Amino acid sequence: MDYEGVLVIGEQRGGRVHSVTFELLARGRALADKLGVKLSCVILGHGLQQYAQEIVQRGADTAYVIDDPALEWFLPRTYCNAVVELIEEAKPEVVLAAATTTGRTLMPLVAARLMTGLTADCTGLDIDEKERLLLQTRPAIGGNVMATIKTPVARPQMATVRPKSARPLPADPGRRGEVVVKAYKREAASSASEKMLEFVADATQEVSVQDAEVIVAGGKGLKTRDGFKLVEDLARELGAAVGATRDVVDLGWIGYSHQIGLSGKTVSPKLYVAIGISGTIQHLAGMQTAETIVAINRDKDAQIFKVADFGIVGDLFQVVPEIIEKLQRAKAHKAL
Amino acid sequence: MHIVVLMKQVPGTSNVKMDENTGTMIRTEHENVMNPLDENALEAALEIRRLRDDVSVVGVSMGPPPAKRVLEEAIAMGADSGVLLSDRGFSGSDTLATAIPLARAAQVICGGRIGPDDLVLCGERATDGETGQVGPMVSSFLGVPVATYVRSIHVGDGYVDVERVVEDGFERLRLSLPAVLTIVKDINQPGFPTLDGKIAARSVKIPVLTLKDLGLSPDHTGLHGSPTRVVRVFRPKFSRDTVLYTQDNSGTATDNLLKFLDSRGLR
Repeated sequence: MDYEGVLVIGEQRGGRVHSVTFELLARGRALADKLGVKLSCVILGHGLQQYAQEIVQRGADTAYVIDDPALEWFLPRTYCNAVVELIEEAKPEVVLAAATTTGRTLMPLVAARLMTGLTADCTGLDIDEKERLLLQTRPAIGGNVMATIKTPVARPQMATVRPKSARPLPADPGRRGEVVVKAYKREAASSASEKMLEFVADATQEVSVQDAEVIVAGGKGLKTRDGFKLVEDLARELGAAVGATRDVVDLGWIGYSHQIGLSGKTVSPKLYVAIGISGTIQHLAGMQTAETIVAINRDKDAQIFKVADFGIVGDLFQVVPEIIEKLQRAKAHKAL
Repeated sequence: MHIVVLMKQVPGTSNVKMDENTGTMIRTEHENVMNPLDENALEAALEIRRLRDDVSVVGVSMGPPPAKRVLEEAIAMGADSGVLLSDRGFSGSDTLATAIPLARAAQVICGGRIGPDDLVLCGERATDGETGQVGPMVSSFLGVPVATYVRSIHVGDGYVDVERVVEDGFERLRLSLPAVLTIVKDINQPGFPTLDGKIAARSVKIPVLTLKDLGLSPDHTGLHGSPTRVVRVFRPKFSRDTVLYTQDNSGTATDNLLKFLDSRGLR
């Protein structure tokens, strides 16, 4: 049988299907429609059947649920066995997973087992309609250029996709699809080799930057750790989360969990304010889907202005305090 | 116990040239450095060696002959030896075609077959490609367990306990040995080359293994063995209609910003 259809590897944490699954379904739906094929989605875990209908409502034609207590936590070899078995049976031509700590670990194992191509951290996916090939676009080489990659011969064609780089489709209660509950064939050797001893939830790992509606982010233009405080001050005034470029994180002005860009987080807030950020592709890859982008930079030719809706060319040490002062004054005025 | 540390030579700056025809990187001899997270992996290996007296730390890199310098640097930092995989047949390898020779080299270094006391470490990702795929792929080709995003390692008898950083916290995992671990920055502060190390680096000979030495056919690696092809490299065009103001002393620019935010309901 030829490889046909698009398969999305859904994701769950702590028994709940993660929203990135619905983002992948939106991506997968668009590709499946272009190819004129079916979209399926698999979730692995324990006690997840309740989510199958929502997966259908969010765009899948088939929802596979592989249910087993051994799949409660992500264990690379165990999950790989289950996914490889499904791929060998369903033979999808395209497989998408999330570029999360789970997807970025699972998919290389699946690719090696199936001896097929895998493209990491895609920000764009499309179909070459003449050749029916998946076009996988990702920032490349330190993030200063984009590369489009295909897998011409090997199957399936596989990619991991940045979380928050697509918006989920709204759930359509009228959508009908098939739900297939599958058992996991336990493999003794794999399960003996990897064990989850403990999961420690750590709220400080995940500052709210990825889910924030407003983000104020700073780059090297802030000059010093002390200068970076301006970003935090404006963020406080706007009720925003604080973001930063890779340079700033490397300089130790703020923790890695605030890093936005290819090697950090991808965000799609309602408002993104970029202060002293020149706009490398590495950074733009992480924030260009924001609804509104405001940029403040000294250099009128800075790349960041090309993606901005509103820009101010000027000395940020003058501009930002002026904005903060005006925001405070407006607030005080309202309070009267 | 062998600890094999996979290390990649990466451009020291982010200004890298691309070959427009093949879409692969043009590597020049100078300005290449050891991938920073591989330095952390090496340091983690040296820390394990400090606790035991039977550990040999071996750096492995795949690349053109000048990549030898990364291995010399590893020895200067404290590695016991280094092995370079170099062959024209390796060029143009994607992640899958890179993992195959590296996995084979790990077997060779561990005496022909990776043993129940051996460990393979590497950085979670490299600063140039940033795929993070090679480490897990190597584990698959070796048929051993893997933990990614590792920030702490404790080696026990026949097993290794690690802390793995994930989005909402961290996991404590126990893997049987041998295993592959990919390392994040939080794990340690890499040390500097020592005088003894530098002397050792100058006198040690770094063996070079070719396709043939690894018993691989040209179909396994290089462009031939790579399932993926780069079809286009480009500078993306972004387009938004930008309203641009230049800051002066009138306060017009910031006034208009506040009005703009109000018009979009963003304040």
